[in-house]
Amino acid sequence: MREISANTITEAVARLCVEANTHLGEDALSKLESARERETSPLGQQVLGQLLENARLAREESMPLCQDCGTVVVFLELGQDAHVVGGNLRAAIEEGVRRGYRQGYFRGSIVRQPFTARQNTGDNTPPVIHTEIVPGDKLRIVLLPKGGGGENMSRLAMLTPAQGRQRIIETVVKAVEDAGGNPCPPTIVGVGIGGTADKAMLLAKVALLRPVGSPSGDPETAELEAELLERINRLGIGPLGFGGITTALAVHVETYPCHIAALPVAVNLQCHSARVAEAVV
Amino acid sequence: MATLNIVSPFAEDVVARLHAGDQVSISGVVYAARDAAHKRLVEALAHPDKSGLPFDIRGQTIYYVGPTPAKPGEVIGSAGPTTSSRMDPYTPRLLEAGLRATIGKGGRSAAVREALVRHKALYLATIAGAGVLLSRRIRRAELVAYGELGPEAILRLEVEDFPAIVINDIYGADWFQMAKAQYARPAS
Repeated sequence: MREISANTITEAVARLCVEANTHLGEDALSKLESARERETSPLGQQVLGQLLENARLAREESMPLCQDCGTVVVFLELGQDAHVVGGNLRAAIEEGVRRGYRQGYFRGSIVRQPFTARQNTGDNTPPVIHTEIVPGDKLRIVLLPKGGGGENMSRLAMLTPAQGRQRIIETVVKAVEDAGGNPCPPTIVGVGIGGTADKAMLLAKVALLRPVGSPSGDPETAELEAELLERINRLGIGPLGFGGITTALAVHVETYPCHIAALPVAVNLQCHSARVAEAVV
Repeated sequence: MATLNIVSPFAEDVVARLHAGDQVSISGVVYAARDAAHKRLVEALAHPDKSGLPFDIRGQTIYYVGPTPAKPGEVIGSAGPTTSSRMDPYTPRLLEAGLRATIGKGGRSAAVREALVRHKALYLATIAGAGVLLSRRIRRAELVAYGELGPEAILRLEVEDFPAIVINDIYGADWFQMAKAQYARPAS
């Protein structure tokens, strides 16, 4: 049994909060760069250039890429032979978020009571935490500060088996079309197919953790991703909705087995500021 | 594409001259307000004497933004736009009270688009997700009201060469619809 101190986890989470909010990954940057080269709309091209410039400034000045520093979504893969000592795992993560957001001068965007008082917690806690127990003795932490604009455009459709692949495509394309300029396109479109309602939604979010534009390892799923991206980029929405051929940078699809009666499809949109950071402790 | 330099608050003749798709560079004063502040503004307008309004919104411009905290020595933190459609339920009432322009991101409801025409007001969009870039166009920021709302407080911002695109003009045109139609390629 390997011991991992709660304090190590807190420090890692704080560091990941700062890194994710100020450093756009090379994967997203190179996709934005190639989109700028391909974009046929002059205004769209100009906007893509401004987004790249913004990412450069954020990194150089350690400023948050976006004023919406998101809900902190934390994905934990906890090795079954690891043992957290010196504190409570959840409290350690919350403290990491609190420290990281204070240190980075990031916005607190979380309200405690969602439907009446809506009092801001002030430190962007609590995060949303998904934990999976896996083989091994390490803890992998993947952190996704998820902006509200993209998250609000999420969609869940409980399709029937007869509706099949074609209706999946229509559902995803419609979700992106209805979202228009709201989720800050060009987006990364996360799609979850299968499982249950909750599982499909989680798959759609997990899909966003892949390097931007990396295809699924399953050829049939990769083919669906390519077809969806092609269809979405025909919509004409373009960067920030200002018109163009770059509405999405990538479509990532994750699948899971499902019930004989079911075909759940979930869509979770990630804005162009695809902020993901990870650490193993 | 030529960029027009305009001063906020916008004069009536300036508003009349602008059309959907025009790129503008805004200097002057805009007020930062988003969800929670809008709820309070509309509640204040419901009072018979409107005494609760924290600033005279007649002719003014509201920028839908909740910035990050300013670092020591800085004017403001990252300050890009938030999704405008969340303010749709409140906007017609504010336009009726004299608001002349709003700046945000994403499209507006049919009710807001109608109200923009009726009250001769503009809706503009700026560079969403470019919070650092836009923060550099803000020269001064001061608290006007609702400080307890934290990032949702109303601020008075002095901007210089702040970039935006006219989305909805006073003649009923919608740049998002026009641009989409221009670049859409139906599946073969």
